[in-house]
Amino acid sequence: MSVEAVKPTAEPRAGTGALVSLKGVTKAFGRGPVILDGINLEIAEGEFVCLLGASGCGKSTLLSIIAGLDEPTTGTVEVSGLRPGLMFQEPALFPWLTARQNVELALRLRGVKRAERRAKAEELLALVHLRDAGDKRVHELSGGMRQRVAMARAFAQESKVLLMDEPFAALDAITRDSLHDELVRLRKELGLTVVFVTHNVREAVRLGDRVLLMSSRPGRVAREYPISIPQPRRIEAPEVAARTLEITDHLREEIRRHGQH
Amino acid sequence: MANTDLRSLEAGLDELERPAQRTRRRRTLAALFPPLVALALALLIWQLAADNNWFGKRDEQLPSPGQTWTAAVDQWEQGRIQAAVLNSLIRGGQGFAAALVIGTLLGLLMAKVRFVRAALGPFVSGLQSLPSVAWVPAGILWFGLGEAVMYFVILMGAVPSIANGLLAGIDQIPPLYGRVGRVLGARGLDAMRFVTLPAALPGYLAGLKQGWAFSWRSLMAAELIAQSSSIGLGLGQYLDEGRQFSDIAIVVSGIAIILAVGVGIELLIFSPIERRVLQRRGLGAVRS
Repeated sequence: MSVEAVKPTAEPRAGTGALVSLKGVTKAFGRGPVILDGINLEIAEGEFVCLLGASGCGKSTLLSIIAGLDEPTTGTVEVSGLRPGLMFQEPALFPWLTARQNVELALRLRGVKRAERRAKAEELLALVHLRDAGDKRVHELSGGMRQRVAMARAFAQESKVLLMDEPFAALDAITRDSLHDELVRLRKELGLTVVFVTHNVREAVRLGDRVLLMSSRPGRVAREYPISIPQPRRIEAPEVAARTLEITDHLREEIRRHGQH
Repeated sequence: MANTDLRSLEAGLDELERPAQRTRRRRTLAALFPPLVALALALLIWQLAADNNWFGKRDEQLPSPGQTWTAAVDQWEQGRIQAAVLNSLIRGGQGFAAALVIGTLLGLLMAKVRFVRAALGPFVSGLQSLPSVAWVPAGILWFGLGEAVMYFVILMGAVPSIANGLLAGIDQIPPLYGRVGRVLGARGLDAMRFVTLPAALPGYLAGLKQGWAFSWRSLMAAELIAQSSSIGLGLGQYLDEGRQFSDIAIVVSGIAIILAVGVGIELLIFSPIERRVLQRRGLGAVRS
């Protein structure tokens, strides 16, 4: 083995054990069709994993199971540490609260004392560059700002694991691009482990250390791609485009199989 | 990309994408103007109708706005209007407060316990469409001719509206809010307090508003029907005394006062609360 392999990298790399571990997870709702079938997944500390797949591959269900919102029908799920943070496609901020109160509520539910909540919430908002927007109501914020408040709220849970369910899908391309940069920066700053669900191949290659391509009906992990392009990556970079092309071809193959019977 | 670059890019995006704010005073004026025009027109038509005897002779059938005003001033000087408004408001207020407590508890119970909802739901909705004045004769037989009848009728009128309003508010909560609450660790009472109740507030307020309207209506009907010396003067009695003396000016002034109090409570209490709640959430500005 070459010396290269042990050279420390700038990126937060996998620590010791797996932070998230799924063994033989299957899921069916009632007597309905099998949504997830035999998912085995180990996600190391500090890793950024993208779950990629077409509609109906069960990627959101898988995320809900990791988040503890759904129970697997069979199999085991282990997430070490605190309850993971979860972000949805819609920011899902509570509209009766201001931006800061939304973050404060997450702190309060975690048991943070009243005296510390405000300062802590402002710190978290500053982290996503929204120091001055704390008193704004949700409807006074743009889509990108809302998602950043949602991010700050997820960080308030202090979990090292952040689960994201197509969090940027409803945003325009410019805003999405800036949020990609933001996420890469924060993940490094906070040492986060991220599981990111998307149907956008380019986004997966832009962000992930590892991309898992899922097949649909039933959802299985069809292929796995380590992405070793150094961060920060640009979404327009030729290396990103090349990996995107390769994975897109495989994704299309997966989708075509469904039209053949 | 350097952190400062990203920060300034985001600051630019934030500024460009934020919804623009509208001025407030202009909206208030715009909201006040049309109803004032309508009121002025109504008074004008009333005056014309009285002057030209559209509804028969003026003194017996339709008094002019001026005659009505004179009658009202006369009654005011005798202290009868003040007493009637105060008595009715106290009855209405106390009855509504009791309905608020009972309706809220009933609504919560129906929202949380499926069996209670399935069992009581149809009856509560049915009661909403039953004019609560229908309870007056039964109330008199059960409770005797006294204040208790008033409160009973108000409760029968307002409780179903309040319970159903809360229930509708809870039903309309986007399921995503519940999921977010669970992700953040809100369970049981915490979920109720921090997610369900605030999320249901707009529907609940609509129910309260309707509950007040029903309370006021029921009370007026009860005061008109149930009369005895043991019941203090209320607006309903004021109205009926006008009828007994065949004094149409007093009757019309009574109608105007009942209308004014009902609308006034809504404009002074319910509308501002509702507007503030909805505006905070960026929901449609209800004008009233």
